[in-house]
Amino acid sequence: MSTQSQRHTAETPYCELCGLPLQPSSRQKDAPKEEKYDGGDAPPSYQHSRCADLLQLEPPRYCASCGRRLKVQVSPMGWWASCARHGMNAR
Amino acid sequence: MTFSPNHLGHPILETARQQVLEMGIGLTEEQLLDVLRLPDAALPAALELAHQVRLRHCGEDVEVEGIISIKTGGCPEDCHFCSQSGVFDSPVRGVWLDIPELVRAAKDTAATGATEFCIVAAVRGPDIKLMNQIKFAIDRIRQEVDINIACSLGMLTQKQVDQLASWGVHRYNHNLETARSYFPHVVTTHTYEERLETCAMVKDAGMELCCGALIGMGETLEQRAELAAQLAALEPHEVPLNFLNPRPGTPLEKQEIMDGKDALRAIAAFRLAMPRTVLRYAGGRELTLGDLGTRGGLLGGINAVIVGNYLTTLGRPAAADLDLLVDLNMPIKELQKTL
Repeated sequence: MSTQSQRHTAETPYCELCGLPLQPSSRQKDAPKEEKYDGGDAPPSYQHSRCADLLQLEPPRYCASCGRRLKVQVSPMGWWASCARHGMNAR
Repeated sequence: MTFSPNHLGHPILETARQQVLEMGIGLTEEQLLDVLRLPDAALPAALELAHQVRLRHCGEDVEVEGIISIKTGGCPEDCHFCSQSGVFDSPVRGVWLDIPELVRAAKDTAATGATEFCIVAAVRGPDIKLMNQIKFAIDRIRQEVDINIACSLGMLTQKQVDQLASWGVHRYNHNLETARSYFPHVVTTHTYEERLETCAMVKDAGMELCCGALIGMGETLEQRAELAAQLAALEPHEVPLNFLNPRPGTPLEKQEIMDGKDALRAIAAFRLAMPRTVLRYAGGRELTLGDLGTRGGLLGGINAVIVGNYLTTLGRPAAADLDLLVDLNMPIKELQKTL
């Protein structure tokens, strides 16, 4: 069990707020310019800057490692979030 | 601090000074609409008046409360603002809190100086399993923590009201949320009248009624005034004032965050509607008002805060609010004063 939310780092492929990948897929990276990211399902990391801002006032909703939806309990002085595969995160 | 009528400069504020400050009679719905329509230039005077009303009729103390969800998510109701409704595709998953964690949260809350601890469940109304959990939770908290216990468990039967009262539940929360005329746009799975019925039973049983508002859901100023007047008519002990924090997956997720000045006008109006009620800062103030607006509301009629986090979202750090109260020279209400 870690004691800090990982939040957005290079090692965490999924956004903890919206659950979408932080980086565009490799298929998109290699795609011709006209086929690159268009604001669709897998936004690149800069698209998550607003998510990072919102996470100041939100616990994580999705696992940063696998993108699964988390079980979250908020208490007056903290929160914990649990992923079925990756276990518990708390602050 | 003394209040100078020379600072008013607007007819409704002079009326409010005489009617609310001097006589303790809340403004009518029509008068409240005038307050909500005040120009920005008159807002400081409105807040100053509301603050004087609060000081004269409630005193200088600020009541501090912590809240926690014992059962999160999966609610069958369709309150369009709520991330815990099972009707919408919200990222909030169902969770039950265990009793040791609940007791720990009550201890943490009491350590801040809070006198109130509210246990909340996302349900239409409690079933036997939940009522048994609540009874057990109350007993365990009582054994270990000196704090008033409040509950918010949705719509109640008379039997459940009587049970909660007999278990010593100090206060029961059941919000009106919005004006009667706007309610069908926000909730379709139960009626305004059903909410009023629970509120009436709670009062009749001798529990304090906590009945709040959620503003910024697209209601008009007329409907905001209507809501304040409807709440005033209920004479609740406490009114928690929430500002919409649009939740992903809910029908109101695209609703714009309410303008901060409109929120401050609403705070002043609610205080001028209910001069003696505990008016509590609740959810959404961080987004709507920020730090500066939070201070403005405490100097504009607010006399209670929810400290720390909310049910599914995070609040300002408890220390930030407590430091602000020290900075404003506002003492925290002590437990013996609430009994």
